Amino acid sequence: MAINHQATQQSVQDRLKRRYRADRRFKAYSIGALCVAIAFLALFFTDIVIKALPGLQQAEIELTYTYTDDVMFDPGAGVQGDEALADEFNSLISRGWTRLLPEELEDNPELEGTTETLWVLATDDVDQYLKGEYNALGEEERALVDRLAEDGRASLNFNTYLFTNGDSKLPEMAGLKSALVGSLYLVFLVFIFAFPLGVMTAVYLEEYAPENQLTNWIEVNINNLAAVPSIIFGLLGLAVFINFFGAPRSSALVGGLTIGIMTLPLIIIAGRAALRAVPDSIRQGALAVGASRWQMVKDHVLPLALPGILTGTIIGMAVAIGETAPLLIIGMIAYIPEAPTSFTEAATVLPAQIFTWAGMPEQSYTGRTAAGILVLLAVMITMNATAIYLRNRYTRRW
Amino acid sequence: MDTGQSILAFTSGLVVLMTAAYILARRQAVATASTGVKMHSLPGQYGWYAVITAALPALGVAIAGAFLHLVGFPAPSGIIIVVAALAIAAGGLWYGLHTVRPSLRARAFIDNVVRRLLQAAALVSIFTTIGIVLSVLFESLRFFGEISFLDFITGTEWNPSAAFGGDTGMAPEFGAVPLFLGTAVISLIAMCVALPVGLFAAIYMAEYASAPVRAWAKPVLEVLAGIPTVVYGFFAALTVSPLVVVVAEFFGLDVEYTNALAPGLVMGIMITPYISSLSDDVLNAVPNKLREGAYALGTTRAETIKHIVLPAAFPGILAASLLGVSRALGETMIVVMAAGLRPNMTINPLEDLTTVTVQISDSLTGDLSFDSPATQSAFALGLVLFAVTLNFNLISNVMVRRFRQRYV
Repeated sequence: MAINHQATQQSVQDRLKRRYRADRRFKAYSIGALCVAIAFLALFFTDIVIKALPGLQQAEIELTYTYTDDVMFDPGAGVQGDEALADEFNSLISRGWTRLLPEELEDNPELEGTTETLWVLATDDVDQYLKGEYNALGEEERALVDRLAEDGRASLNFNTYLFTNGDSKLPEMAGLKSALVGSLYLVFLVFIFAFPLGVMTAVYLEEYAPENQLTNWIEVNINNLAAVPSIIFGLLGLAVFINFFGAPRSSALVGGLTIGIMTLPLIIIAGRAALRAVPDSIRQGALAVGASRWQMVKDHVLPLALPGILTGTIIGMAVAIGETAPLLIIGMIAYIPEAPTSFTEAATVLPAQIFTWAGMPEQSYTGRTAAGILVLLAVMITMNATAIYLRNRYTRRW
Repeated sequence: MDTGQSILAFTSGLVVLMTAAYILARRQAVATASTGVKMHSLPGQYGWYAVITAALPALGVAIAGAFLHLVGFPAPSGIIIVVAALAIAAGGLWYGLHTVRPSLRARAFIDNVVRRLLQAAALVSIFTTIGIVLSVLFESLRFFGEISFLDFITGTEWNPSAAFGGDTGMAPEFGAVPLFLGTAVISLIAMCVALPVGLFAAIYMAEYASAPVRAWAKPVLEVLAGIPTVVYGFFAALTVSPLVVVVAEFFGLDVEYTNALAPGLVMGIMITPYISSLSDDVLNAVPNKLREGAYALGTTRAETIKHIVLPAAFPGILAASLLGVSRALGETMIVVMAAGLRPNMTINPLEDLTTVTVQISDSLTGDLSFDSPATQSAFALGLVLFAVTLNFNLISNVMVRRFRQRYV
């Protein structure tokens, strides 16, 4: 008996050990899952930043330049004090700059005959050469760039062109300006469209709606719309706004409406949560002193729920800014070198610009794509941080 | 006058009339009240009453006119619509002022109009769904008028571009099975990543993490949900795909650059936060008495979670997974940027596969004519995608509701 007893105890002990090991293993799995997410984020951000660094720099060359009539036909003729550079002018200096010369002379006739020293945009090949990437420069041109770099007259400077230029077929000229303006248009339209409708729907559902089949239907629809694949909204925009109503393709108007419809459920859901957080005693107090329902809503409930609604709206807008798939369908991935000036003009937005650049064969677009991603992420993080700040600052606990 | 000018003229005219209506009606109400008569409502409410009688019919006419214009009906020109609408606004203003009298229940009138307006706004979501269904269905029906539904759903050859060429002598083929297969394979890869990672992350946050760790881990997962899909696509195409190629070649496997593994893996990471946040909610909703009962019987924490908490939360977790699958099926940017364009009847994730969403966006970008089956096929694919995701979403919603009813 004694031996048996001991054996039982031993087996219990063993099993307990196994069970504890299983317990620790299980906890390790769950921590591991979180670590996978964190590791991915770390890898992801490091990768994007490393890819973006070349895109944030751009090669420029310092010139002493004299404006004469000749430069209209032979831009190299204006270069002073550097024969070699004048000879190789077209392969070192970006056409983006030389193309603008005649215009500039026409606009400012007093420049004629003057000489100035200025930094000028270099070609993509020079840029890639200075960054140590593959390029098409010949031996002599490389030697020339090396000499200029040694003299401090060719260097990688901060890429301001990224923010002051629109899209371009010349990699060194391509910038985000038109896309940024397009995104601004889009967000404005989304807000104008989705915010009032979203708040009105939320108020109706929380404050007015009777419990009936119609209300039930509306709720099912909203929940469902929040989960419909975004590309389906693109099909809706194409079929209804462009094909049926004849709105111009690729325009910010169609994009804003389409993304607005997509953002609507997000705003409604956030708005309802904010309204639900306002305690009933506020409503009863207002009604008790004789307010009508609408007076109760507009004077008491809405002001108290507004910070919550705004927080949800900002987060919805951040989603809207990053959305691409429906815009592919309605054609907002067009090549747009100039910033749009109206809602009906063809426009592009930041994520769409990122998409187009990501498909470009030239190596230098990769850096610009990643830099564009950084700009997009910065915008979104700013918006979300604002929302979180508002939430912490103004949300009341009842 | 172009559309912009018409809208501007109408809006400014209407604002002037509305302001006048408010001021005049309010003044009239104040004047009446000062004679000692008891008014039903406040003076301002009579002002708003007149604003509504002026603006509402005019807006109705203007919108009806604009709508007729847009659908290309023989409608009067913009300027006539603007003038007519403003005339109606003036008439409404006159009517409003005329009917302001002490017995008028202006406050109740306003409440009623506001309620109707809010209800109309709420109906927009229903109209959106109807709009989606109609727009997708309409083009799909035209498509199925030319290509039989059975061929579409069971055919294994997808070659829509032949519909354009013609000179190749090949007839276009619309057998969507390779697309469905590709979508399924990529979604499966995604779920193989997202389900374990998301579920275990949720278990950690709901069952193990202390409050400070939770406060710090939850935003990390939310960041994953906030990254735009185009950025995930860039990462999948330029970083993960080459990585997969390097690793696979190291093991001596034959692999293509637009393999299905890279978009699948990245999509899995993208879906993880959806699953973890919903599962986290569900796990938190499981009442503590269940856990305490299990502990009282001497189970370890892991055993409690595995045998008590997870089964109790199962409907909610299933709902989260369905929502995740629905996201994976409809995800576009990652596959457009990182997956292939070639329809391929294979389940080998190292080959290039194409998906439903890739084909939709491929056939609708660039020049398109609504009459060609190649364009319409995108709508047919959209219809299938919408129907499938709709079912998943509805089932998922029902599951969550059932779960809540059980424990709340």
